[in-house]
Amino acid sequence: MKSRSNLEWVLAAGHFALTGELGPPQSASAEVIRKKAEYYKGCVDAVNITDNQTAIVRMSSIASAAILAGLGLDPIMQMTCRDRNRIAIQSDILGAYALGVNNILCLTGDHQSFGNHPTSKNVYDLDSVQLIHMVRVMRDEKRFLSGDELKAEPRMLIGAAENPFADPFEYRVVRLAKKVAAGADFIQTQAVFDLPRFSRWMQMVRDRGLHERVYILAGVIPVKSARALEYMKNEVPGMSVPDELIRRMEAAGDPKEEGVRIAVETIQQLREVPGVAGIHLMPMMWEAIAPVVAERAGLLPRPALPAAGLAPASEGPPAGA
Amino acid sequence: MIVAERKSLDEILAMLQGCSRVLVVGCGTCVTVCMAGGEKEVGVLASLLRLAAQREGRTVEIGETTIERQCEWEFVDGLAPGIRGYDAVLSMGCGAGVQTIAQRFGGVRVLPALNTKFIGIPEKQGMWVEMCLGCGDCVLDRTGGICPVARCSKGLLNGPCGGSQGGKCEVSKDIDCAWQLIYDRLASLGRLDLLEAEFAPKDWSKNRDGGPRKVLREEVML
Ligand code: SF4
Ligand code: SF4
Repeated sequence: MKSRSNLEWVLAAGHFALTGELGPPQSASAEVIRKKAEYYKGCVDAVNITDNQTAIVRMSSIASAAILAGLGLDPIMQMTCRDRNRIAIQSDILGAYALGVNNILCLTGDHQSFGNHPTSKNVYDLDSVQLIHMVRVMRDEKRFLSGDELKAEPRMLIGAAENPFADPFEYRVVRLAKKVAAGADFIQTQAVFDLPRFSRWMQMVRDRGLHERVYILAGVIPVKSARALEYMKNEVPGMSVPDELIRRMEAAGDPKEEGVRIAVETIQQLREVPGVAGIHLMPMMWEAIAPVVAERAGLLPRPALPAAGLAPASEGPPAGA
Repeated sequence: MIVAERKSLDEILAMLQGCSRVLVVGCGTCVTVCMAGGEKEVGVLASLLRLAAQREGRTVEIGETTIERQCEWEFVDGLAPGIRGYDAVLSMGCGAGVQTIAQRFGGVRVLPALNTKFIGIPEKQGMWVEMCLGCGDCVLDRTGGICPVARCSKGLLNGPCGGSQGGKCEVSKDIDCAWQLIYDRLASLGRLDLLEAEFAPKDWSKNRDGGPRKVLREEVML
């Protein structure tokens, strides 16, 4: 095993994985994290902690992930290239690992113009592919990006994102291949509403044999209203939302219930797509719905760790290594 | 060329507070072509300054001159006769022009009338776009002659981010996604293979590091 990540164990054991996303508060309240963590306990294999998503300042993903680790959850720390240069990112990775974080998701990061500090200066010293490469070199070659030796390496499972709904469509799978070559162990995709397009993308993924080299978790967003869907269709770059889905939500007597039903159906359909290794739930600050969706999609209970368990994140070989 | 844009009149007037004799200096090169600081723009700005003073009941003397290039000593030297008679020189050159005049004439107050924006081209009449940010390590050979450093909103080197849609950048529907342009161009050249290999992290020491960058060429030195 490459890490002490629960997610890695679940995937390696051949289980259909389930991860969930948790957005830290726009405040210094650890209580908010603890409360949201409750929804995910026993319901997912690992929890993504977003890194100032949409460029709105929130509690740091490192600190939030460390709080989750303390609660016995397996955090996936998201790390964007927007706000830190290669020095800060490497330093933060070392710190996060020392605090018990065993997974990292390497992202480019939304542009700062979307957020609440549009006059800030972005960094993008690295891009997401280079970031993945850097983490892999730190972990597997025990070197910093500079080439200097790294004595105690951060043994993190390396994740990346890919968006089958962005353009140029034919290039998306090439970019995925680059991320796999750079060292990605798992991929979480943008939310799937457009199943035909996702299936075409997966076909291209299989044609290149990438599904055998990386675990692909398909993104699912449970939506509360037709308006939320329309917003995503029109305002969120790189999303594909079919009109009939919007009409279905509009016609629903109980839109929240309909949203859950759509999420559950989507999960069941995604499970049938060859090469999909799991689901990544993105409740968009509606974390309370995660256990409901997981239950109704037949994804509970989550696989329990073998009795030996994973060693706590500290020195020493990981369990099963 | 260097593309610039004039500052607002209010900002210029605020800079000039307390000055009654001002020399407005245009530049005959880039900023003439981008219609920001050539002879014509010098005339317009000088008139605006006179009008503003008149409205406030102040008397001012506004001189006007335009030199061939504000970024070369031989042309800047031509300002020597008379420049010291002014309270301030308002340069309508790019940032390099302003600084060349200031460096040449110690003790003279030199102020910028323009905001220097970028190295770019006139895409159509009245619209200029950025093409290069002088990163010091050109990659255009690998990107089909389209610059991802200056033209992708995030300066990405390994292909389009997840926000590229319909040829547009996630930042705005008014911005073409540089990576879509690169993809299309390399496709038309039959060189999509260039996009398969990983681009290593950029060496930014060639860009902004350790003070102003210098180019030394001994073979042309005197
Ligand atoms: S790669 Fe650098 S030098 Fe080349 S066009 Fe872009 S910014 Fe200019
Ligand atoms: S959408 Fe295109 S131009 Fe905009 S940041 Fe992403 S890759 Fe760059």
